[in-house]
Amino acid sequence: MEQVIQYISVNQEEFYVFILAVFVGIEVISKVPTVLHTPLMSGSNALSGVVIVGSILVLGKTAPDNYVGLSLGFLAVLLATLNVVGGFAVTNRMLEMFKKKPAKKQ
Amino acid sequence: MIVQIIDICYLVAVVLFILGIKLMSHPDSARRGNAIALSGMILAIVASFLTPGLNNILLILGAMALGTGGGLYFAKSVKMTAMPQLVSFFNGMGGAAAALIGLVEYGDLPMDEVGKGAVLMASLVIGSISFSGSLIAMGKLEGVIKDIRINKILAFLMLAVAVALAVYIITSGEPQPVLVYVVVVISLIYGLAFVYPIGGADMPVVISLLNSLTGVTAATTGLLYNNKVMLMGGILVGSAGLLLTLLMAKAMNRSVANVLFTSFGSAAGGAGSGEDGEQVAKEINAYDTSILLAYAKRVVVVPGYGLAVAQAQHAVHDLEKILEEKGVEVLYGIHPVAGRMPGHMNVLLAESDVSYDKLIEMDDMNEKLPNTDVVMVIGANDVVNPAANDDPSSPIYGMPILEVNKATNVIVIKRSMSSGYAGIQNALFFDAKTRMLFGDAKKVLTGLVSEVKNM
Repeated sequence: MEQVIQYISVNQEEFYVFILAVFVGIEVISKVPTVLHTPLMSGSNALSGVVIVGSILVLGKTAPDNYVGLSLGFLAVLLATLNVVGGFAVTNRMLEMFKKKPAKKQ
Repeated sequence: MIVQIIDICYLVAVVLFILGIKLMSHPDSARRGNAIALSGMILAIVASFLTPGLNNILLILGAMALGTGGGLYFAKSVKMTAMPQLVSFFNGMGGAAAALIGLVEYGDLPMDEVGKGAVLMASLVIGSISFSGSLIAMGKLEGVIKDIRINKILAFLMLAVAVALAVYIITSGEPQPVLVYVVVVISLIYGLAFVYPIGGADMPVVISLLNSLTGVTAATTGLLYNNKVMLMGGILVGSAGLLLTLLMAKAMNRSVANVLFTSFGSAAGGAGSGEDGEQVAKEINAYDTSILLAYAKRVVVVPGYGLAVAQAQHAVHDLEKILEEKGVEVLYGIHPVAGRMPGHMNVLLAESDVSYDKLIEMDDMNEKLPNTDVVMVIGANDVVNPAANDDPSSPIYGMPILEVNKATNVIVIKRSMSSGYAGIQNALFFDAKTRMLFGDAKKVLTGLVSEVKNM
């Protein structure tokens, strides 16, 4: 228990960010129309692919002879990239329906 | 110096993430929002490459090239109807990546740090649940996995065991390489057990929840590295995803608890079509309606006696004008007996300057309805009741109707759920395409005019 408290105290900056981010996340999408639910879910799914940064860091610091670590890290980068690239691409496809309509005649 | 530059890049990336999500919650700016969030992601990735002492760069680039190719291929080739499955799949990949990072890091981390250990275990457990859960959700949407009932208590016990083992690993003070894999396996099975019993129709809500979980794992990974772009981005997704889950459940007229803890079949009933006591009509608000209307190509108004009673013909004309300004085609579908006498509606609408060529007779309108994006039924009931076509026992069976359920969306504006002139219930109100907008027709329409104006 002491160690947990110690950890929070040492990393309090992170915990402040944590708490504030919770509120930002809620605030930012508080007025979203139903038609955008699925695209927004897809878009935030793409954002959760930000673990790619962690994957790059972990593979980047694995020793070249640690084959288990290398293969797990490789897989992590691969899957996170799938999440990011696929996520943004599919969101963009969904949002194409909101393209501006051509100006009306008359 | 390079470290400071990386930090600033991460900071800018976080700002771009927030802006991106913000813009994505409005139709006009949604595509721009997606592009902005993407640029933030690219910035974060580039910055992480600048990290001093980064090895295996070729390996990283190779994995990224494979992932990019695969991601683009899946995203481009999937059919529009299969998109939720794909989102679920991508989400599972993110969760798996977080769990894998946890596995690699476990070997490297000095295990005397309880706090870091707890964060790592959270990444492992939640990432694994998100991975296996997402794949099951995808399979259920695809229809390849059927509903299976799993004992809720058993599933909960699994989670409890996984957490207990994780706590033991953290506090034991010694490396437990085997137990770590056991935790991952139990968490994976829990993910399956968690999603299996949930009905296919509720999957979007579940995927949104799993998406939120993946965000949390991104954040715990960020804590592991003291990396703020992962922490902030992950929590942003976690909390936005959670709110989105609640909103989606609400739009489907379900509570999240209901979705998660009611096994399919026990609550979903409603197989007997005639029992309207079980059925629930879905509501929509003025804001959502205005968005549907403004982004439609063709809107058809089906007026009924209720429109006349509410003296709403001028308001409906105002809405028509403002929608036409936005490039939406607005037509009126006039049923021969709409109102209380033939031609009643034509007169009322003409009086408020609706041009005659916009008033379309029933038969011509029925041909146009399949290509109509939104039908607004205002104060009409029996003239759009599908029972006239398909229920021989109904008193109005055989009456020709406006087949509004052929359109993409149906909005019914009504004061309450009461039945129409003929005194019979209307199955249209419980149709999957139908949303109810309750209120006095004039007030509702005036409200819609100002919502559309404000867009």
